[in-house]
Amino acid sequence: MPKYIKIKKGLNIPIEGDAPEVIVGSVKPSIVKIVPDDFPCLIPKVDVKVGDRVNAGTPVMHDKRNEQLVFVSPVSGTVVSVTRGEKRRLLDITIEADEEIQRDVFDISSIQGDSAEEIKSKLLKAGLWPFIKQRPYDIIADPNSSPRDIFISGFSSVPLAPSYDFIIDKEPLVFQKGIDTLSKLTSGKIYLGVSPNTKSIALLDAKNVEVCEFEGPHPAGNIGVQINSINPVNKGETVWTITAPDVLMIGRFLLKGYVDFTRLIAYTGSEAVKKGYYSVVIGSKLDHLFDANVTRGAALRYISGNVLTGKQIDKDGSLHFYDSQVTVIPEGDDKHDFIGWASPGLNKKYSAGSTYLSKLVSLLKPNKKYRLDARLMGGRRAIIMSNEYDKVFPLDILPEQLIKATITYNVDKMEQLGIYEVAPEDFALCEFVDTSKLEIQKEIREGLNKLKKEME
Amino acid sequence: MKSLRDQLDNKIKPHFEKGGKLEKLHSLYDAIDTFLYVPSATSKSGVHIHDASDTKRTMSLVILALVPALLFGMYNVGYQHYQAIGEVPVLWNCFLFGLLAILPKIVVSYVVGLGIEIIIAQIKGHEVQEGFLVSGMLIPMIVPVDLPLWMLAVATAFAVVFAKEVFGGTGYNIFNVALVARAFLFFAYPSKMTGEHVFVRAENSFGVGDANIVDGITQTVDAFSGATPLSQIETATGNSVTLVDVTGHVLTYWDMFLGLIPGSIGETSKLAILIGAIIMILFGVASWKTMVSVFVGGMATALLINQFAVNAVMQITPLEHILLGGFAFGAVFMATDPVTSARTESGKWVYGFLIGVIAVLIRVFNPGYPEGMMLAILFMNAFAPLIDYVVVGQNIKRRMRRVSQKTDKSV
Repeated sequence: MPKYIKIKKGLNIPIEGDAPEVIVGSVKPSIVKIVPDDFPCLIPKVDVKVGDRVNAGTPVMHDKRNEQLVFVSPVSGTVVSVTRGEKRRLLDITIEADEEIQRDVFDISSIQGDSAEEIKSKLLKAGLWPFIKQRPYDIIADPNSSPRDIFISGFSSVPLAPSYDFIIDKEPLVFQKGIDTLSKLTSGKIYLGVSPNTKSIALLDAKNVEVCEFEGPHPAGNIGVQINSINPVNKGETVWTITAPDVLMIGRFLLKGYVDFTRLIAYTGSEAVKKGYYSVVIGSKLDHLFDANVTRGAALRYISGNVLTGKQIDKDGSLHFYDSQVTVIPEGDDKHDFIGWASPGLNKKYSAGSTYLSKLVSLLKPNKKYRLDARLMGGRRAIIMSNEYDKVFPLDILPEQLIKATITYNVDKMEQLGIYEVAPEDFALCEFVDTSKLEIQKEIREGLNKLKKEME
Repeated sequence: MKSLRDQLDNKIKPHFEKGGKLEKLHSLYDAIDTFLYVPSATSKSGVHIHDASDTKRTMSLVILALVPALLFGMYNVGYQHYQAIGEVPVLWNCFLFGLLAILPKIVVSYVVGLGIEIIIAQIKGHEVQEGFLVSGMLIPMIVPVDLPLWMLAVATAFAVVFAKEVFGGTGYNIFNVALVARAFLFFAYPSKMTGEHVFVRAENSFGVGDANIVDGITQTVDAFSGATPLSQIETATGNSVTLVDVTGHVLTYWDMFLGLIPGSIGETSKLAILIGAIIMILFGVASWKTMVSVFVGGMATALLINQFAVNAVMQITPLEHILLGGFAFGAVFMATDPVTSARTESGKWVYGFLIGVIAVLIRVFNPGYPEGMMLAILFMNAFAPLIDYVVVGQNIKRRMRRVSQKTDKSV
């Protein structure tokens, strides 16, 4: 029997646009972008020039502070642009993909008896390392740190979440291979979080891990919540985290000897037409996915990731590094809601609180879904209401106090209140329910970045 | 509705934008625009979808919760008036009289308060914030009916500027704005805030409800006394006191609950306040924990004092304490102000409880103040951050213990 943990606080946002568990198609990579912004605190150094030929697995940039940490091209092709913004900050490296992907082959022999150091150097060399993240700071794991434990999130609870079950079930052996490899990287435990809905044998009966079942609303699937309820991170400790679909990347590499950054992504959202699963190479431009596959009429918002933590992308934007989901929702900037704050809000408005009658509706029709758009639904204010965040924040942390400490950058208080345990995504629901419409995830990310810099 | 939006966007808005003729009134325009239409601005960072609830919504629900007490207050002002001049109180007459007496107060409070808010928003270049929508309604409801309008204006201006804006505006104030306005009046113009003559208006309101005037003096019924029950208690001599209404009839608990007694405009009907409390709790805009703990604190203290009662004041029963004066109104509408109250959940219990305790202590042991609720809440406003500090400290301690336990194990 797996360990069972009940998460009480949280919120499942009833938003329209779930993806059915069918594979609809694949997006052939034509243009692929590597975006350093996917990796907080990274100082990227570019290794290629415009015109260079690269293979799948050829490094295109590395971390200035750690040359070992390289980022590789997921496809073979030609570097067509290296875009920089203000102060020459690297925005992206764009590669035009070949028809047939050429792959660099890596030596994976003797992996059975490998030491942690050998595995690390193999993963680093082939650009697989960035899939492993760490707490504190929610950044790419420091390969030189020794993690107390490794946490794998085996399900996602975000709005319109991709089914990891469905994704992992396609490659059960690859998944186990990934876990086996990770298990050699820590002297501590490996935890795999699953939900009561998990059916996949590959997840439930995974070897070399301790399976923990988490029941409850979002953010039960967030790794931060799972760590906090299993064994919280204290100052001075480091744990590594990885999502189940990213374990596949590692497993695939160690079975095949080359990099294959193909993801099965869920195409979701009320404005997506042929919803379902598509196989997409990380970084691929998604215009082929969106073409004739979104609703017409009003302005749309394209999101790589989910509606809470994803990044807004253009119609020809690309799939970001860690995302197993793409969402399309209405932008909503063409809507003018006359005295909307005074409307009863029976049908179209969704609020987690009780201030609109939709609360009543949700009691009568618990399965009602809403077509939510990107409007802020109010103006930015100082924090006024209390106990809003607490209701959707299941970690043993005082969210409002930690947010305030972070905004004012009071390092002592941040440490005391648990900044090392959290990632911006843990505050996504707080940001959603906030009547003061504050940019909480951004504040937490900036606080973490600043803290990281100061601790170096 | 579409054409109104077009008018606003194309004809009116440009004048108020930077460089427009009416640039200096941008905040005013913005306040009206966002009042008419929910802003269609979309998220730039972080979450892509947002909850439909905003501060406008929460604040307007608090105002909705105040409406029963306000309407009853209007009726009661008229009722007390007609009783005082010896006429039969008829429902609509009472209501009309009250409306004419109270509406000017509401107008003055909003015009002065919102006027200052709009000016400051314009100077600071941010949006007009909704906090004053509630304060502006509360202020007229916690003053006596005969308070001169200019005093109300001065007090409102003082409170908005010195209790709120100097701290940074809505969300940053330490003390409840409406209560600061009341405290200002209480200490600056005590004769208009307490006593027999301020809580019942015997004169007419804009010509309505004329009394007999003999030699220029408004005639009231023989037994008339406009003293509130609390001041009757305060001025009582001897060991017991019988509470009476303006015409000398003995008050029952039921009378106190329904609220046809003299008092500040919004505070008298506990029934109306109860309805307001239910509205706020159902809509989730106020903390039931704070409300309950204020009542528990007040009643517990009263019960304790009853055991050692040596005079009339000490004999007031717990039930009388919560049914009289502004206790219930303060507990429901003032103590629950999220900005000035304790913000942690366990802190709210302590915060509310101590408000109840202190309110009753002031009532009983301070001969100068028949009512203690205002000072109790203001006092606890000042201590709310300390309460939170202790609660947060507990969380930190637990976290620290976690670390030390670990190091113990590993040793």
